[in-house]
Amino acid sequence: MRLLSDSIGRKVVMAITGLLMVLFVVGHMLGNMSIFAGANGINTYAEKLHGLPVVVWATRLVMLTAVLFHLVLSIAITLENNKANPTAYAVDRRLRATFAGKNMIWTGLLLGGFIVFHLFHFTIRSVPGMEIVQVQELSGRFDVFAMVAGAFGKGITALVYVVSMLMLYLHLSHGIQSTFQSVGLNNPKTMPGFVRFGSVLSVIFLIGYGAIPLAILFGLIGK
Amino acid sequence: MSAHATEHGTMNLKLIVWRQSAPDKAGRFETYEAKGITPHHSFLEMLDVVNEDLIKAGQDPIAFDHDCREGICGMCSAVVNGVPHGGHERTTLCQLHMRKFKDGDAIYIEPWRARAFPILRDLVVDRGSLDKLIQAAGYVSCHTGGVPDGNAILVGKPEADYAMDAAECIGCGACVAACPNGAAMLFAGAKVSQLAELPQGQVEAPQRVAAMVRAMADQGFGNCSNHYECEGACPKGIKVKFIARLNREFTKALFLEKIGAISTVKAASAD
Repeated sequence: MRLLSDSIGRKVVMAITGLLMVLFVVGHMLGNMSIFAGANGINTYAEKLHGLPVVVWATRLVMLTAVLFHLVLSIAITLENNKANPTAYAVDRRLRATFAGKNMIWTGLLLGGFIVFHLFHFTIRSVPGMEIVQVQELSGRFDVFAMVAGAFGKGITALVYVVSMLMLYLHLSHGIQSTFQSVGLNNPKTMPGFVRFGSVLSVIFLIGYGAIPLAILFGLIGK
Repeated sequence: MSAHATEHGTMNLKLIVWRQSAPDKAGRFETYEAKGITPHHSFLEMLDVVNEDLIKAGQDPIAFDHDCREGICGMCSAVVNGVPHGGHERTTLCQLHMRKFKDGDAIYIEPWRARAFPILRDLVVDRGSLDKLIQAAGYVSCHTGGVPDGNAILVGKPEADYAMDAAECIGCGACVAACPNGAAMLFAGAKVSQLAELPQGQVEAPQRVAAMVRAMADQGFGNCSNHYECEGACPKGIKVKFIARLNREFTKALFLEKIGAISTVKAASAD
């Protein structure tokens, strides 16, 4: 029996790596919420977070591993599935499958691209054509608030982020409930609960993350 | 038109049917008129009527699988308007009656489509790959002797009901036909769950799940993406909870194997 090549072994790996990334998404969103406490809020949060390099780098390492496994397996599985079902029916009528479920590979790949872009944008801070405001507060602390507010003040940047968060919403509205089925926790009693949990959580992510670029773009926070 | 038909309001339908003369020949859709169909005709009887007309006209009748025609054998198999068995709850194609259609309807009729189910002719596909899954491990290999005494092996009522729900699977393959990935997880899940729930099947549960998962890959079935199309199409109401059980049994077996609690599972190739 093999974890990485047997069909169900890979399914379990997809579920667990997915779950790890969801945990990160929760933590990252909660941290980002500090921007609603103004410049002092997010700058203090950023300073405290970077005062814990072990936590930061351990998280990055785990996330990198999870993303790579999730990505490589999803491509392998999708190619196999296409081969196993090569001919479409003349009438395309689905009974249960959702738009989100059917497009997991595409929303996933777009999110993969977004993650790379996001890292180059705000972490490495070198995206050609998207120069970043890199200033320090009077105390000498790096001004994350000015960086984020400067970036999302441009409509195109805000749009990229909001659309990416729509992808996240679609991906997780199928992905979260799917995790419970994949690790074998589902039954008819728990399933509606898991589905609702996945829907609610993915909506919270959409609102929580989406609110930041929109609030800045429309001048609700900033200055 | 039969004498029966004259007593009822009859309907005429347009059928768009997949015709393919041999496995290696290219297929195509052909359009036929189904005339004088009563609401009491089953879908297969409707095809019988069309075939009689085709035979009278000197044409090849439409080949389709059928046997018991009472919804329990699992032979009938066609995708009607995009859904295996036509998409009515707990209804096989032979139990689908023409009262579900209206005069003048156009109906698309296609064979099961999946790599693991090669088309033999028209609507007939080779579902031998499901037999290969059963051969790989969907059975109990101990000698069971004659009919055992009633209650010689005690099985609780909830366990018996659960195993019976899984055993309702008639092996028609609608789950595979409905699956966007051509996977057989609902079929395998039902078999694995049925046997793993009962004392006779528990002995070999880890070996069984390993062998069946491997055999699914060998037979060209796809992977599960949790779309649950299979559950929607199943004419016997088999639930995806059995796929969750399959996943659980697999994970358990993998763990037991890795810690050395069970001997290395040999997943014999089904061929």
